Amino acid sequence: MHALADGLVLASTVDFDLRSLYDGFWTLTVEGLTYGAIYALVAVGYTLVYGVLKLINFAHSEVFMVGMFGQYVALLLLGFTPSGNAYAEGTAMTLVYLVIACLFGMAVSGLTAVGLERVAYRPLRKRGAKPLTFLITAIGMSFVLQEFVHYVLPKFGGDPPLGGSTAQPGIRLVEQKKLFELFDASVFNLTLIIIGSALVLTFLADTLINRTKLGRGIRSVAQDPEAATLMGVSRERVIMLTFLIGGLLAGAAALLYTLRVPTGIVYNGGFILGIKAFSAAVLGGIGNIRGALLGGLLLGVMENYGSVVFGNQWKDVVAFVLLILVLMIRPTGILGEKLTRARV
Amino acid sequence: MSAPTTTDTTAPERGRGLGDRIRFWWNNLPRPQQWAIGVPAVIVIALLPVIKPPIISTTAVDFGGMMAQFAMIALIAIGLNVVVGQTGLLDLGYVGFYAVGAYVVALFTSPASPVWNSADHGFFSGPWAWLACVPLAIVLTGVTGVILGTPTLRLRGDYLAIVTLGFGEIVRLLADNLTDVTNGAAGLQNVLFPEVGKSAQNPDGVFSSGNNSGTLNFGVWWFWLGLVLVIAVLFFVGNLERSRVGRSWIAIREDEDVAEIMGVPTFRFKLWAFVIGAGIGGLSGALYAGQVQYVDPKGFTVINSMLFLCAVVVGGQGNKLGVIVGAFIIVYLPARVQGIQVGDQSLGDFKYLFFGVALVALMIFRPQGMFPARARLLAYGRQVYAAVTTPVRARRAGTAGVEAKS
Amino acid sequence: MNRRVTVGAFAVAMAAVLTVSACGSKSSGGSEGGSSASAGSSSGVTIAPIAQIDTAGKEVPSADASSAVLPAGDGKATCPASTIAMAGALTGDNAALGINIRDGAQLAVDQHNKANPGCQISLKTFDTEGDPQKASQVAPQITNDQSIIGLIGPAFSGETKATGGVFAQAGLVATTASATNPALATNGWKTFFRGLANDDVQGPAVAKYMTGKLGFKKVCVIKDDSEYAAGLAKAITTGLGSANDSSCNGDVKTKDRDFSAIITKVNAAKPDAVFYAGYYAEAAPLVQQMKNAGVEATFVSGDGVNDPQFVSQAGSAAKGADLSCPCGPAPDAFKSAYKTEFNQDPGVYSVEAYDLATILMRGIGAGNTTRPKLLEYVRNYDGQGLARTYKWTSDGELTSSLIWMYDVK
Repeated sequence: MHALADGLVLASTVDFDLRSLYDGFWTLTVEGLTYGAIYALVAVGYTLVYGVLKLINFAHSEVFMVGMFGQYVALLLLGFTPSGNAYAEGTAMTLVYLVIACLFGMAVSGLTAVGLERVAYRPLRKRGAKPLTFLITAIGMSFVLQEFVHYVLPKFGGDPPLGGSTAQPGIRLVEQKKLFELFDASVFNLTLIIIGSALVLTFLADTLINRTKLGRGIRSVAQDPEAATLMGVSRERVIMLTFLIGGLLAGAAALLYTLRVPTGIVYNGGFILGIKAFSAAVLGGIGNIRGALLGGLLLGVMENYGSVVFGNQWKDVVAFVLLILVLMIRPTGILGEKLTRARV
Repeated sequence: MSAPTTTDTTAPERGRGLGDRIRFWWNNLPRPQQWAIGVPAVIVIALLPVIKPPIISTTAVDFGGMMAQFAMIALIAIGLNVVVGQTGLLDLGYVGFYAVGAYVVALFTSPASPVWNSADHGFFSGPWAWLACVPLAIVLTGVTGVILGTPTLRLRGDYLAIVTLGFGEIVRLLADNLTDVTNGAAGLQNVLFPEVGKSAQNPDGVFSSGNNSGTLNFGVWWFWLGLVLVIAVLFFVGNLERSRVGRSWIAIREDEDVAEIMGVPTFRFKLWAFVIGAGIGGLSGALYAGQVQYVDPKGFTVINSMLFLCAVVVGGQGNKLGVIVGAFIIVYLPARVQGIQVGDQSLGDFKYLFFGVALVALMIFRPQGMFPARARLLAYGRQVYAAVTTPVRARRAGTAGVEAKS
Repeated sequence: MNRRVTVGAFAVAMAAVLTVSACGSKSSGGSEGGSSASAGSSSGVTIAPIAQIDTAGKEVPSADASSAVLPAGDGKATCPASTIAMAGALTGDNAALGINIRDGAQLAVDQHNKANPGCQISLKTFDTEGDPQKASQVAPQITNDQSIIGLIGPAFSGETKATGGVFAQAGLVATTASATNPALATNGWKTFFRGLANDDVQGPAVAKYMTGKLGFKKVCVIKDDSEYAAGLAKAITTGLGSANDSSCNGDVKTKDRDFSAIITKVNAAKPDAVFYAGYYAEAAPLVQQMKNAGVEATFVSGDGVNDPQFVSQAGSAAKGADLSCPCGPAPDAFKSAYKTEFNQDPGVYSVEAYDLATILMRGIGAGNTTRPKLLEYVRNYDGQGLARTYKWTSDGELTSSLIWMYDVK
């Protein structure tokens, strides 16, 4: 039996490389923040829907995926060739294209999210289904959206066909240029665009929820649907708006993601990111937009550190272990649940 | 999911669904008659892959093999039902237990296993090695359940869900990354299986993948073995349900705080639910390893966890027979669609599209699952049930039912 | 209320569509100019063969590929209606490779049937999802269908491990176009034939070529979590010996799209080259992010990346990459026929599937219309295909073990 003992020496397969972490610390931080910002934007969608409906909207990762296709189609319609560039006409035009692609992606994602709510979740609410039923429906819709892009979309043609099992040859919207160095990390224009837009959008979402009348409606429904209805808030409308906001942000995140990873536009390209984003939402405190931002950024940075220290294959393990550890110490996330206990 | 809601306050009308009608009819039968109907019914199901009824049989995949997979998923569903349906803990990482069970068997019996330095595995080689591994798989998976449950079961609702999801992924990633222990992505082949029924035609016995021609192929044998285990586990879980443990689970599901106040040691019983669920998952994993005779990390992704959960919810959470039907749907539907050809287009490409649509439609039309569980008295339930329902039924059929919570 | 919001949402969408189309028409001239410049840099990128090398990394002159055996044959083949099968992942996450194989085989079958009215062969496809358990359910369907006399598949090493014994027992010739795990040939399955070199051939050859001809002194090896990559990376690391800097070796997971941690390590090590063992789906973003991060090392990779999809996804970032493959360059006629039929460029393993289907059909056309006869035919086969010479050892490995090197221009 001591062969068994020999085999179980785990240490041999896990190295600790603190040296690389020390050497590349700032680069890793900047890269991690870039990814974390995208996680955060997607996480807001999870967090809002959860806050209002107590539903883990598993199909949200597909809303994100559809958004990637949305912005890609927009660029195709603008006349760009697959796997080409869109930045040859100077900064001003690039910005215009960026905004058009972003709006298109947001529109597609937003409509998908609203459609999802309309087709799949509303009939369930009418029947007063249990939360788990919603979860299974979300999984079902996730299958439907993925497989639609995988097998139905290519039937409509295109060269190369849209959808299908391989990634689209993405169109590069922004040429990566080094702007300046932060400590010893290069900061690129892309980095700033991604982190900046994500911060602005989450800030806007936060303001919308916490400062406007609409946001008050959302918070009231999250807190007590019956009371909110009695006070004249339309629950259905609030729910739809929640999905719309989440979808719009996912669409924006989709554009930012494809800026960074032009080759990520594929039918199953949203799944892992969705799980990470949901983890980020839980990490920060579910129902809490600032928590989603904090959770996203933290997750992005920590998994980047972890993947250097332990090796890249441990990246997801680091992310999940971090999540578990945080929840052990703070069972409702770092900033705690918010939407449910919001001040009205 | 979140704070467990009360059972079915919103279910359309009590006692009107097909499931309820079957249940009333079944519950009102005396024990011997139940046996008289149950045993032939099980035999008919067992013979399905032998008879291969024309329309029901799958065309693109082997019916026996598919039924074997169904038996494994049925076990999974029963185990997961203990956790999700009975105790109300949402577990999205159940595939982790399945993986642990499969890996225990594979690591002990596969010649590629890095755990052994030689081809001789001592006790764990030879014709009965698989059987020797099964209890080990159950116990070790149960231990995994304790390891996962102890720190996490203090979390509530969806926090538990995401943590278990993470755990499921961690198990898969460990299997993938710890190459020195699990052989990583290369997987473990030639896992042993029970070598019984050897003959000239089947030198390795009927459970060997070499036995694949004719009606009684290895799929059918594994299905039968699986069926036996399903029935055994059903008896075990059924008895648990009617015991103090089962009553505590339901109390926890309905309201954890109240249960705690009423003197139910909630943490302990939640942990028990986890461990028993895990053990059943490990048993199913051991079946998997034996039937496929090859184990690698790719088969244990989050998506599988979701499918298992689908089986439970579609079947009707809390109803251990219902979830078996759910498991059948999960396995059968994509497999059946696969062989259909419409013109030039094989519907197989769209099988998960159909599956998704079916899930959504099923949930919309039967949000509580196909055979939803009803709250009822657990101790002496049958007697009370019979005593109360008979006169009521005489007056107005179908409205009766002593509800534990009514 | 709801209605208003819905209408509003649609209005937003319509506005977006209009804006887009308006901009599209307005800027079409401008963007044409812009994108043609960019198209020049992206679609101009191609994979071009450099040399054929042997296991020692030495260049060897290439054989004449124009004499390749084609499915059409002389058009006079006669046979009863027969069936060959293809098994592999056609749905699920691993579908891309399975579809390449199916389409390659389908093209061969179509060309054969068109040219040989006297011998009509059909291709039955079986979807395993790349899952060993599904494969174990599919295998009996294949062996029990007595009309099937030859098989292309299973596609992956894992499912082949789970089902190889089934085909061996049934005496059904199973030619794989993609399973490269070396151990598969050592199981004593008399029906197993591998249509390409295994990982143990490609690895040392490419490693020697890198240290010899290309003169690399320091190489980082990155691999994904597939079995194929594990085998290839191991062979490469051994072959490189001291030229491999283990401090910058890394692992990626399938579907990973962010490689900043690995790139940080590579950047710190400043190697001459980075070898990537894996598939193009991860290689494309990897090579892009390396370029963006200023890594100057040459990107070298194996057959999993040698796919038109790699250059079309990675664009100009792929330039300068060296790719190896046990497959010879596909002739243009094949490429255009494939593109016409499936509206897609042939991908990894399409050529192998095409060649293997050709071999099976030639065998059937020559009168080998039972399983034992076709098995015997394949075992004694010796002929040139589009990709390479096909002649097998008794284990089912190819006798010739030459590797092609390509670079991306």
